[in-house]
Amino acid sequence: MQKTLADKNHWGGASRPLVASYGKLMMWFFLMTDALTFSAFLGAYGFQRFVHSESWPIADEVFNHFPFIHGEYPMFFVALMTFILIMSSVTMVLAVHYGHKMDKKKVVFWLGLTIIGGLIFLGSQAWEWYHFIHGTYKGALMGADGSIAHYVAGSTQEIIRHGKVLSGDVAASFIASANEIYGANLIFNEYGHPLFANFFFFITGFHGFHVFSGVVILVVIFINVIRGTYEKRGHYEMVEKVGLYWHFVDLVWVFVFTFFYLV
Amino acid sequence: MAKSGSTRKIWIVFWILFVLTTIEVILGIFKPQLLTQNSIIGVTLLNHIFIILTLFKAYYIVMTFMHLGDEKNQLQFSIVAPMFVLVPYLLFILLVEASFHGAIG
Repeated sequence: MQKTLADKNHWGGASRPLVASYGKLMMWFFLMTDALTFSAFLGAYGFQRFVHSESWPIADEVFNHFPFIHGEYPMFFVALMTFILIMSSVTMVLAVHYGHKMDKKKVVFWLGLTIIGGLIFLGSQAWEWYHFIHGTYKGALMGADGSIAHYVAGSTQEIIRHGKVLSGDVAASFIASANEIYGANLIFNEYGHPLFANFFFFITGFHGFHVFSGVVILVVIFINVIRGTYEKRGHYEMVEKVGLYWHFVDLVWVFVFTFFYLV
Repeated sequence: MAKSGSTRKIWIVFWILFVLTTIEVILGIFKPQLLTQNSIIGVTLLNHIFIILTLFKAYYIVMTFMHLGDEKNQLQFSIVAPMFVLVPYLLFILLVEASFHGAIG
């Protein structure tokens, strides 16, 4: 390699300094820029959370439901979603692995499992969005200034606002000017500051859209694998490139999980 | 390595990710007081642990699942270096500014 460098004309093309195909290289650069986009979103989330720290909801008090079970189970559902996505990343990497060995049957098997994992994840996200939008039975009081308060359990005169219990005239005037709200949307949020809901919809929605496009692309290459397109082409690099994208989606979720639900 | 024969490494990384996530979830549910009440540079010890575990997970996903570890050094750097420069810069600016937000004017 070193010996031929001097006499080779590098401007004529056909040399591959990074020893990766054009498609794979561009996928890497796309993912790098996409990672910067997600860092900007999570950074902006951190900024607003810092600014509105007193009225910012705690994520595990918001997302504490689990399908078919009553009661409060903080973190369980989102942890399950994380495991599903990690598992689908493993099945993807196995599909790539058997692609290198030109083992069509195993690629079909592991790719199929990856698609199923992606669909389960999307379904879980839809469930979580539904519950967040729907809200609790109790709802909350939104004051004229937009701040959120809850009744102290069993009382209609005392309220909790920003972690402090208010009673007497202060509470009465707040209640008189407040509206009862249920659930969360882009305008108000019964759990706390409305920006929390906006960021939730925007960040998990943008990630969910990545998962959705990932599933669509996976289905396309799944059909191609079954039809033997890559067998004829002599390599399964397309599976590898889509695999890169899929792992990236998992990687983003790892960060969203930490910075949205844990921290 | 994807090209080598076995899938052992893939499953090892799976278990690493599984265990790290489980640790995060358990800490997230129980939130030990020792970790939430002490902080270094304004961030609680618990959050430091979460961030470090997340970076570990990211390292394993990128290096093993995405096979970046098997690419040429120059390619590895051209992907990783912009992240290591731009992301901390962005976070530093945003989070420092956030503490002054509304303080002036």
